[in-house]
Amino acid sequence: MSAHEDTHAHDAHDDHGHHHKETFVTKYIFSQDHKMIAKQYLITGTIMGVIGVLMSMMFRMQIAWPEEPNVLFEALLGKWAPEGVMDADIYLALVTIHGTIMVFFVLTAGLSGTFSNLLIPLQIGARDMASGFLNMVSYWLFFLSSVIMIISLFVEAGPAAAGWTIYPPLSALPMAQGGSGMGMTLWLVAMAIFIASSLLGSLNYVVTVINLRTKGMSMTRLPLTIWAFFVTAIIGIISFPVLLSAALLLIMDRSFGTSFFLSDIFIQGEVLHYQGGSPVLFEHLFWFLGHPEVYIVILPAMGLVSEIMASNSRKPIFGYRAMIASILAIAFLSTIVWGHHMFISGMNPFLGSVFTFTTLLIAIPSAVKAFNWITTLWKGNLQMNPAMLFSIGFVSTFITGGLTGIILGDSALDINVHDTYFVVAHFHLVMGISALYGMFAGIYHWYPKMFGRMLNKNLGYIHFWITAVCAYGVFFPMHFIGMAGLPRRYYTNSNFPLFDDLANVNVIITIFALIGGVVQIIYLYNFFSSIFYGKKATQNPWESTTLEWTTPVEHIHGNWPGEIPHVYRWAYDYSKPGHDVDFVPQNIPLKEGEEELQH
Amino acid sequence: MTALLTIIILVFISVAIWQMVKIFDLAQAKSDNSQVATDKDNTLNAYLMMGFLAFIYIITIVCFVKWGDLPLMSNSASEHGPTIDNLMIISMIIIFITQTITQFLLHYFAFKYKGEKGKKALFFADNNKLEAIWTIIPVIVLAGLIIYGLNTWINIMGVDESDDPLVVELYAQQFNWKARYAGADNTLGKANVRLIDIDRANILGLDEADPNAQDDIITTELHLPVGKPVLFKMRSQDVLHSAYMPHFRAQMNCVPGMITQFGFTPTKTTAEMRQTPEIVEKVANINNIRIEKSKKLIAEGGEALDRYEFDYLLLCNKICGKSHYNMQMKIIVETQEEYDAWLKEQKEFKNSLVN
Repeated sequence: MSAHEDTHAHDAHDDHGHHHKETFVTKYIFSQDHKMIAKQYLITGTIMGVIGVLMSMMFRMQIAWPEEPNVLFEALLGKWAPEGVMDADIYLALVTIHGTIMVFFVLTAGLSGTFSNLLIPLQIGARDMASGFLNMVSYWLFFLSSVIMIISLFVEAGPAAAGWTIYPPLSALPMAQGGSGMGMTLWLVAMAIFIASSLLGSLNYVVTVINLRTKGMSMTRLPLTIWAFFVTAIIGIISFPVLLSAALLLIMDRSFGTSFFLSDIFIQGEVLHYQGGSPVLFEHLFWFLGHPEVYIVILPAMGLVSEIMASNSRKPIFGYRAMIASILAIAFLSTIVWGHHMFISGMNPFLGSVFTFTTLLIAIPSAVKAFNWITTLWKGNLQMNPAMLFSIGFVSTFITGGLTGIILGDSALDINVHDTYFVVAHFHLVMGISALYGMFAGIYHWYPKMFGRMLNKNLGYIHFWITAVCAYGVFFPMHFIGMAGLPRRYYTNSNFPLFDDLANVNVIITIFALIGGVVQIIYLYNFFSSIFYGKKATQNPWESTTLEWTTPVEHIHGNWPGEIPHVYRWAYDYSKPGHDVDFVPQNIPLKEGEEELQH
Repeated sequence: MTALLTIIILVFISVAIWQMVKIFDLAQAKSDNSQVATDKDNTLNAYLMMGFLAFIYIITIVCFVKWGDLPLMSNSASEHGPTIDNLMIISMIIIFITQTITQFLLHYFAFKYKGEKGKKALFFADNNKLEAIWTIIPVIVLAGLIIYGLNTWINIMGVDESDDPLVVELYAQQFNWKARYAGADNTLGKANVRLIDIDRANILGLDEADPNAQDDIITTELHLPVGKPVLFKMRSQDVLHSAYMPHFRAQMNCVPGMITQFGFTPTKTTAEMRQTPEIVEKVANINNIRIEKSKKLIAEGGEALDRYEFDYLLLCNKICGKSHYNMQMKIIVETQEEYDAWLKEQKEFKNSLVN
């Protein structure tokens, strides 16, 4: 219904677009065009990603060769690595900032920000986002927050170092840790701005999907990418404000003497005035975002992978409705499982039982999705483009990482592997590597749409295969050192002879991590050089059905030069019997007598 | 200066890799101009998919064989330990089977259905029966795991006060642990960090007026009598810590401002544990590693490492600041007699105060 009314709105917007005079500043910097904003998100996210990965390579070297002088540390860490030996404080800071950057700046803003902005208007048939201005503000807030996060690395007492979960009192008391001074203040400010940016973005995505779908684009004809972005945005709107409140209350505790999270503290010879607060409250607030956050990261990747798998398998995605239902189920469940991060936080064990129950339930929609992806491949005609490889890789790591979730989600088992490397291995595979694969898949697939040129396919293959081997090489053995009881976030394990036999595993992991990190240069080269020298793209290089491939290769304001195409079918008419070609774009009317699949 | 040089070298290495990639890029610009997968690419990558499947299987086997003695899955030293270990093993078997099958299907399909020009895929969009099957199977498996898991959890966390557990306080501070025994009355005296008086050596903030506190005993080593239920009451004076006792399958956070608890019954004394074959082997292995390391250290003019002997440990497992990585306390499980003898030597609170 709404789609009908919108066509007028589109025309009005279109006229407006034509009068718009573009300068360098309005085109490349303060752009309100969703395609340019998507590229801005992607490039900012890439830069943050490089920083995050470099950090991980540094702390991996420290873990493998503890307290050994390293010229790299001396060069990059300066006063934090006297004589080239990494300081314990900066180790924790690197771990903290690595987590923050990768989760929020790369896999939330870089992934969701890029592809929601690029694909929502293009795939639903809209001229632009509902509010181009808010979209621009959203990006620039993200940029500002990135800058503040980077600045926080250079403060005198060190960057935030309380872990990316910043549990108080450690994060609240500068006397507990150097990084909890100015570094933590900047971290909180950066995150508060980030949340504002994310909320503006999410509101825009939701409004756009609800209101601006082209004629014929009913909700059950939407590509799964849009479903994923749409639901992700809703989760973000529900849960991010809670983190904002937690951050604000923590700022109050830190700077204005309130006691929301602090009570009865004796530190460095003095009793602090705080009374009546509870760190457990902070944990609840944090994980109320923190857990949905992993779905905010993974759902868009799932959407991208579903789309790419269908297109490259030349087959409809299997179980379209089940896929939507599982997205919705995951979204719903994601908001009631946060307590599984807190089984041993001191909360009532009965609550632990409830969260075990809800947590293990989430395995059901996840399993449905995995089986549907596998079935999508069955009897397909698989085009092994780099995007497809990354999608298959996504399913592989998602299964491997997801399965160990039934151990961690089980409160009784969590007692013993909580906060060990087992957890690190689990979440890196299931939402770190998987989401990165989803992001890479998306970049390889939609690069022609973003830049009008093709990425080099062979470099893509090399990039994928080395990355895939390294990802397993890093995170698979890591489960085992976790099961041996090795706690995470230890600067060195040399004070525990108990773990001496795990030292060689850590060396192997680090070697894989270093190789895996360095080969990303291949990708960076491919990405940046192809912007200028890549082969010119055709309009629909992958022969896909969705609307973005009906727009011209050269970007124009308003996306389509003429009228917005109408939609007559769902997004997955690949290899449909009765057609000569193996794909039927959504804007092609049904043939005489052709039935639309009632999927 | 070295810093600058290193950065310059790093930049050069990056540029070198960049240039090598560029040469690769340019070299093939003429040979193959298509950036969309050809049949040749499909075939090559399909075979690589099978290779990758083999890689996943091999890394799984290697990990299990090399590091699969999995201390956390056998050889527990507490009464509830075996129940956790059983559940862990069952979960691992389910994971292992699912992983093996699904990874096979995924990679095998990727191999089997590699694209060829002119081939048409099967238009297969939906099948309610299949969807039902792979909804219901996980439901059944998970229902089993949930029921088993919750039973285990409730048994572990439910503290039965009727079997008169030994009450011990674990007290965490940056960056060490203290233990407080309740003394003859088996009741811990009241305490709050506000009552800490360093000058009087009241380091845990016990209420000096509380009669229950008088016979409390504060120690830096945790001694436990074997076979007797212990109920730990955890406190922290500054930031969050986590009392992690992996061999007893026990962990609980220490939260400033509140008292948390965890109870278990140790079943093996330290001496017995040292005799178990797994530990004997592990210790021998670790000592070999330490001897090798010592040789290197001595060659560099350092000191040899001590010989390792097994001990139960209490580790801090919640990030708590700079020396988090070295916050530990030795746990000694011993016979009741040994324990009583040890306890007798410790100073009671009322006698430990400095006036």
